[in-house]
Amino acid sequence: MALKMVKGSIDRMFDKNLQDLVRGIRNHKEDEAKYISQCIDEIKQELKQDNIAVKANAVCKLTYLQMLGYDISWAAFNIIEVMSASKFTFKRIGYLAASQCFHEGTDVIMLTTNQIRKDLSSPNQYDTGVALTGLSCFVTPDLARDLANDIMTLMSHTKPYIRKKAVLIMYKVFLKYPESLRPAFPRLKEKLEDPDPGVQSAAVNVICELARRNPKNYLSLAPLFFKLMTSSTNNWVLIKIIKLFGALTPLEPRLGKKLIEPLTNLIHSTSAMSLLYECVNTVIAVLISLSSGMPNHSASIQLCVQKLRILIEDSDQNLKYLGLLAMSKILKTHPKSVQSHKDLILQCLDDKDESIRLRALDLLYGMVSKKNLMEIVKKLMIHVDKAEGTTYRDELLTKIIDICSQSNYQYITNFEWYISILVELTRLEGTRHGHLIAAQMLDVAIRVKAIRKFAVSQMAMLLDNAHLIASNTQRNGICEVLYAAAWICGEFSEHLEEANQTLEAMLRPKVTTLPGHIQAVYVQNMVKLYASILQQKERSGEKEGAQEITQLMIERLPQFVQSADLEVQERASCILQLIKYIQKLQIKEVPVAEEVIALFAGELNPVAPKAQKKVPVPEGLDLDAWINEPPSDSESEDEKPKTIFHDEEQRHSRHRQPEIDEEELARRREARKQEQANNPFYIKSSPSPQKRYQDTPGVEHIPVVQIDLSVPLKVPGMPMSDQYVKLEEERRHKQKLEKDKKKKKQKKEKRGKHHRHNSLHTESEEDIAPAHHVDIITEEMPENALPSDEDDKDPNDPYKALDIDLDKPLADSEKLPVQRHRNVETLKSPDSEAPLVEKKSKKPKKKEKKHKEKEREKGKKKEKEKKVVEEEEEKKKSSKHKKKKHKKEKDEKSKDKKKSKKKSHHSEEETTESVQNGTLDDEPLPVSSSALAALTYDIQGNLQNDSQVTVSVIFENKSTSFLKSMELNVLDSLNTKMLRPEGSSVHDGIPVPFQLPPGISNEAQFVFTLQSIVMAQKLKGTLSFIVKNDEGSTHEKLDFKLHFSCASYLITTPCYSDAFAKLLESGDLHMSSIKVDGISISFQHLLAKICFHHHFSVVERVDSCASMYSRSIQGHHVCLLVKKGENSVSIDGKCNDSTLLSNLLDEMKETLSKC
Amino acid sequence: MRGEAGPGAALPGGRRRAESDPTGPGTGPGLGPRTPVPGPGAMMRFMLLFSRQGKLRLQKWYLATADKDKKKMVRELMQVVLARKPKMCSFLEWRDLKVVYKRYASLYFCCAIEGQDNELITLELIHRYVELLDKYFGSVCELDIIFNFEKAYFILDEFVMGGEIQDTSKKSVLKAIEQADLLQEEDESPRSVLEEMGLA
Repeated sequence: MALKMVKGSIDRMFDKNLQDLVRGIRNHKEDEAKYISQCIDEIKQELKQDNIAVKANAVCKLTYLQMLGYDISWAAFNIIEVMSASKFTFKRIGYLAASQCFHEGTDVIMLTTNQIRKDLSSPNQYDTGVALTGLSCFVTPDLARDLANDIMTLMSHTKPYIRKKAVLIMYKVFLKYPESLRPAFPRLKEKLEDPDPGVQSAAVNVICELARRNPKNYLSLAPLFFKLMTSSTNNWVLIKIIKLFGALTPLEPRLGKKLIEPLTNLIHSTSAMSLLYECVNTVIAVLISLSSGMPNHSASIQLCVQKLRILIEDSDQNLKYLGLLAMSKILKTHPKSVQSHKDLILQCLDDKDESIRLRALDLLYGMVSKKNLMEIVKKLMIHVDKAEGTTYRDELLTKIIDICSQSNYQYITNFEWYISILVELTRLEGTRHGHLIAAQMLDVAIRVKAIRKFAVSQMAMLLDNAHLIASNTQRNGICEVLYAAAWICGEFSEHLEEANQTLEAMLRPKVTTLPGHIQAVYVQNMVKLYASILQQKERSGEKEGAQEITQLMIERLPQFVQSADLEVQERASCILQLIKYIQKLQIKEVPVAEEVIALFAGELNPVAPKAQKKVPVPEGLDLDAWINEPPSDSESEDEKPKTIFHDEEQRHSRHRQPEIDEEELARRREARKQEQANNPFYIKSSPSPQKRYQDTPGVEHIPVVQIDLSVPLKVPGMPMSDQYVKLEEERRHKQKLEKDKKKKKQKKEKRGKHHRHNSLHTESEEDIAPAHHVDIITEEMPENALPSDEDDKDPNDPYKALDIDLDKPLADSEKLPVQRHRNVETLKSPDSEAPLVEKKSKKPKKKEKKHKEKEREKGKKKEKEKKVVEEEEEKKKSSKHKKKKHKKEKDEKSKDKKKSKKKSHHSEEETTESVQNGTLDDEPLPVSSSALAALTYDIQGNLQNDSQVTVSVIFENKSTSFLKSMELNVLDSLNTKMLRPEGSSVHDGIPVPFQLPPGISNEAQFVFTLQSIVMAQKLKGTLSFIVKNDEGSTHEKLDFKLHFSCASYLITTPCYSDAFAKLLESGDLHMSSIKVDGISISFQHLLAKICFHHHFSVVERVDSCASMYSRSIQGHHVCLLVKKGENSVSIDGKCNDSTLLSNLLDEMKETLSKC
Repeated sequence: MRGEAGPGAALPGGRRRAESDPTGPGTGPGLGPRTPVPGPGAMMRFMLLFSRQGKLRLQKWYLATADKDKKKMVRELMQVVLARKPKMCSFLEWRDLKVVYKRYASLYFCCAIEGQDNELITLELIHRYVELLDKYFGSVCELDIIFNFEKAYFILDEFVMGGEIQDTSKKSVLKAIEQADLLQEEDESPRSVLEEMGLA
């Protein structure tokens, strides 16, 4: 022994310690990897020794290597050895290594349970502390389950050092083992008032974190937190609490109102920026959630904006950044208050920090108005020039375009200015957004008729200067604008002053270096230009001129014919032949211009993106019908499942139409027209697709025609948008003067109430009237398109409906399983609760009760709902199918409150019936009955939790004796498990919380957790009980089986037909179908059966066809199309999960075949 | 060793420089429509210490993460942070997290926090940790942290646990560390006696 020890010590002297290792690594910079692998070999040797000190040293070195990126998972077992060392020095190293490299996948982690438990109860508080710290990093569900109780005990440790750590780690335990939350919560809550501030703040941290994920369960704590908030001086704690309130207010608006005052006080008083920032953020959040009904909230917003201004003005970049960030939140709801700080935000554009500039840009987007757009964009243009680095410059460019084009160019008063801006932007080199500028040019030129002349002149200039732009021919580069320029010049060539010149510019040899798609547009549009020049020449009788231009084309086009780009080549050779033909005709002196121009007759109108969708399918046209019968593959497929759904969908739309009566339609159309008429930007769509803009009525009204002349004259090269700013100012000034004049006039001729609507217009508009009355052509709709009002809404509404449907359970599933406990509790009858809980958690009774009462209150609502559902079932049973109007019935029922008596009665009735009727078709199903007792159950999904179902079991005492000590136990399967109280093993039964006198029945509920719901499950179970009568008591047992059908995982969920159609369209669903023959019951009856047994709801019914919908607790959508034939029923189903669907359909088949 | 220009320079007290984000702007919570919203939590996910040369000096993960992911995230984040110019703000949005970092001499202290967490208080947390290191090592420098990296972890563990601040009082953190160290020495001293006996 002594010898061994001596040997170990000597060895140790030669071992490297951590410092040696670090130094060694630093000295072996060249061959670090080799050196380290050598060290790892040494470490492996050291780990083989018995001496714990050597091992700890080795593990310490490994931890260092782990940080350098070396895998040390192979040493996991050695780490555990070191963790279990009795000496603190080594233990500490062991736990550190574990916390750095253990994770849920580490298999040896389960070996640590007992060691950790031992350390947790160590008399040395630092042993405990180190174990808690380590555990907080690598706690797994198993560890959490096994150690939850130990840690909970530590929350009441005498030393605050331990309490604080225990409280903090509880959060991790809750996450891994949600079942622990309920039993631990009362104690956790207690810690909110712990005398030690550290423990208190730890408790605040944990509860806040819990509450912010699942706020509604913590509303009851609001008063306590309110007290803490007003009394605490610890900023860390305050921030947490304030954050918590931010999460609670959306659920409880009254809280928001209460909060505003203390928060504003804090904002005024605190000197800590972090706290100030938190308060401001929360006030914003509160105000957003209150949005209405706050009388003086503009004062609070003002305060926030003021404080944010101070932050933004601060020299500290961090504060600036956060200030802008918070400002953008206010902008969304209170744009006005932010807009007044435009100056400041513009200043931020000059900041040296790019992240701040980008934040400021984001803000600008929401701040523009007609008044300041030019000014802001001017400022941005200056930044574009100054910007270094293409990323930021490109960001600026996209922002400029975003800002200008937002809400359909709402803020642009002068489109000439905008075109100039776009042209100026083409001077940017190396941008990746050429296509963006091009798209804007096209959009504006097409949709703003009055601007076409100007646009064409500018585009011609661009084409002329193409060499400046074309130097950069990378894809998406700035050369893309030439695409737009060529098209605009070609399409609107009648506006061109010097068409010849432009045509020549387009025929330059340099053009062939452009990307193919641009050349193709060039080729196509030069013909348009050519055609219009030809016409012009012929009209003025210049025959020679006409022939010259033809000759020019024939000479230059071959360069495009040789193009390597297929598109260019094809177009060019085609056009070349055409022009050669024209030349022949010209030589014969045949006038050709009219015919050539006819090639391009007709105006191209912008088409609304949704136009195609809005064309209704004409009556009698069945898009899904085969044009030619497909080669028959099998006769059995008389119904094509896929087409069925499409068919159905169309039917929806067709049937929806008549719902809105003609009058309403006309009224809406009228209203829309009215609205458009009042809006200068939406002056009706052009009545016919002819070229009519020569006589556009709006043109005469253009008040500033002169600009067209003045600006291009002054700036012959590239246009200068700056000019417009000045001009605009003058114009506005003039306008204002005019307005004033008019006002005076109005005053003078007071009686003349018939003054021009014009003046009324300007008066009401606090904004500036646009420079031109520009028609932004509304995008064209097909003639017989459905009126857009309802149609525009349609895609939104069902989405909204769907959104809620889909999101709710998901959001809940993210929540901590806090819920789960609550549910269990609410489901149990009150008197059952106390004993149940007391058994598993040894905590002060008083607390528990208080806690419980609150829960119960919350639970009540739920319970009520449940009752209603049951009641409804009963109703259904008696009068089998009164489909449709269930909801109303429900409402009525819910008013009727005295239930308990009725309930027991009702269950009894059911039981008896079920016993008599072997083929009973209604839930609850009888599972088992003996001479003594009978069981009936019903399974219901739980919307709040996607992995739980509640099984309500009705116990009936059929004997003449007293039944007591009933215990229900179920043999869990891997997938489905009964939720047992904390701490009990899987073999323990759950006591039934009541006794049954003779002839009485009562109901209890049990919660089961499941992983997968796609398959039906059967669980075996036993009810054990004591039968007591005068002669004595005997133990009895009753075996039963619980059948969890797939249908029991479905929750009847209403669905609108549009949402339903969307769902089918989405294509995410699998499909499957069944057919059942020999159905004699009516369709109505049949649907009722499916609704009732399988928890579906009817979406729409047409004749003997119906679409139905339901949703599983895990959010699967199940859609059905039920069709009844002579004697058969076919059901096509679609569902996210194919297994679930086929199982559901099988179940349905079973039900239906019994009909 | 302290004299070394690079990692040897004393950390706090001196210039603390803040830098920030290359991922850019539009990615803020609740900013534009294209912003990926950082998660709802308000917990620290991890803390990294790395040098200007991109050498990791300390990493603490408050959410157990597989080694592969850790490495990837560290590499990515280090690149992002090191690319920031001085004088940039200390915050950036990265993946679904917010990153708060601060540079002390040659060392970057970098925390990844969840969407709802307060950036400023995180900055303060970093500063406090640096102060703690400073108090413990006495004018701490990068080399202290390299050679005594386990101590740096112990201090951090006393200060932050499971991603939440454990004790807001510097005093009590230092006291706990001192006590634990004392315990360690007690541990060690009897052993050395034993060893001597063994040797003798």
